[in-house]
Amino acid sequence: MYDFLQYEFIQRALITAVLVSIVCGVVGSYVVIKRIVSLSGAISHAAFGGVGLGYFLTVNPVLAAIPFSIASAMAIGGVEKKVNISADTAMGILWSVGMALGVIFINLTPGYAPDLFSYLFGDILTVTNSDLLIMLTLDLIIITTVYIFRREFLAVSFDEEFSTVVGLPSLPIYMLLLALIALSVVVLMKVVGIILLIALFTIPAAISKQYTHNLTKLMSLATIIGIILASVGIILSYIFNLASGATIVMVLAAAFLISYYLKD
Amino acid sequence: MSMKAVEFNHVNMKYNEQYVLQDINFSIKEKDFMAIIGPNGGGKSTILKIILGLLTPDDGEVKVFGRDPKHARDLMGYLPQNLSFDPQFPISVYETVLTGRYHGLFKSYKQSDEEAVIQALNDVEMQDFKDRQIGKLSGGQMQRVFIARAIVRNPKLLLMDEPMASIDPDMQSSFYKLMSQLKDEMAIVLVSHDVGAVSTHVDKIACLNRELFYHGPVEDSARGLEEIYHCPIDLISHGIPHRVLREH
Repeated sequence: MYDFLQYEFIQRALITAVLVSIVCGVVGSYVVIKRIVSLSGAISHAAFGGVGLGYFLTVNPVLAAIPFSIASAMAIGGVEKKVNISADTAMGILWSVGMALGVIFINLTPGYAPDLFSYLFGDILTVTNSDLLIMLTLDLIIITTVYIFRREFLAVSFDEEFSTVVGLPSLPIYMLLLALIALSVVVLMKVVGIILLIALFTIPAAISKQYTHNLTKLMSLATIIGIILASVGIILSYIFNLASGATIVMVLAAAFLISYYLKD
Repeated sequence: MSMKAVEFNHVNMKYNEQYVLQDINFSIKEKDFMAIIGPNGGGKSTILKIILGLLTPDDGEVKVFGRDPKHARDLMGYLPQNLSFDPQFPISVYETVLTGRYHGLFKSYKQSDEEAVIQALNDVEMQDFKDRQIGKLSGGQMQRVFIARAIVRNPKLLLMDEPMASIDPDMQSSFYKLMSQLKDEMAIVLVSHDVGAVSTHVDKIACLNRELFYHGPVEDSARGLEEIYHCPIDLISHGIPHRVLREH
């Protein structure tokens, strides 16, 4: 029954679940409390442009997605302050343009089209060792940054205007947070894919938010919940031969419903 | 040597080609307790935001304690008008007030900051609530926490935007009691559209409706109030519908 745990690809998948849940717990908490879930969705879909660009330039698509998604995040975050376009509109445009660019770059790439499915819908069971290394590095960057700027992130998430008044560089800090979200998108892409990333950002943190009012505890709880639920999703998807990303999302959704009704 | 807390010289501010503030000239002294009164849309919040350095005027010069507003932030405390935040936001009363002691990037909060937070919470009588999550308070309690956040760095200038808006009438007297304690330590500028309640407690009034119609002691402000509200003096100053000025 537990033979499959000896398979290397399953072990890699479970390690991925841990690395991914750390990101979900930490960055996802900010996404949920600052109510920028749609914005995160827009950044994720725009990142697909980077994936396409990576194939076109024959570099690792995940690495190519990093600057592309950071640039999209900066565009959405900065546009409202500088130009007369609402962030909401900018999100809608970047969401679709990013995806379209990705498709066009891949169309322009000579040779047969790569398997896009794993970027769109995730395929945690085909994670390679170099993917794990990239994820681990990004995790360390994200955790370090959040730790260094934890005071600023909390203040800006709660009251951006007051933060400016007490001398905090509110806009650069907000942009930094968006850049971290963009980086996290790249970490999460391989697991549930771009289409379903939103679930990983929001559900573990949303479940935890019902149980604590302290941000550090919220992040820790969201991380643990993410590890457990993602692992359950991986194992279920292997046993029943279902798409891993979608299975993980269904497990997360079920857990959220259960926790919501248990709370009453 | 008495330095002026705030100085405005020929300040203009436009929004979409319309004047929001037109040729504003006034000064506030170090221990003044002043109310800026005027109708909604008359520029009151704009003046506060210019003092705080959140907005830059199109023309004119603004000085706060002799400095550019952006360089005087450590001397100012701010109580914003509408505090729209998620009531479930994971921050406690204590943490909220602590953000008022922010020193700068990479600088952690110190023991003196923690003591200042406790002191500020004592001043507003919210010390028993310090670990309460911010959304689990009544409107009046929340207002007191945000006042504590505004005064926690012992500012020399306290700026309050419509502080009475979310305070119940029965809490107003304890609010003014707190103000009378604070006014010995700092200049206070309070923005309000509610003429009646405010004028009996402050020393000075500025009547603002895009232009500054009056600026000085409360007793002489009747004509200024008339200009900005277009009401006959009688209505405002003689108790119908409510008394504004002191008996004279």
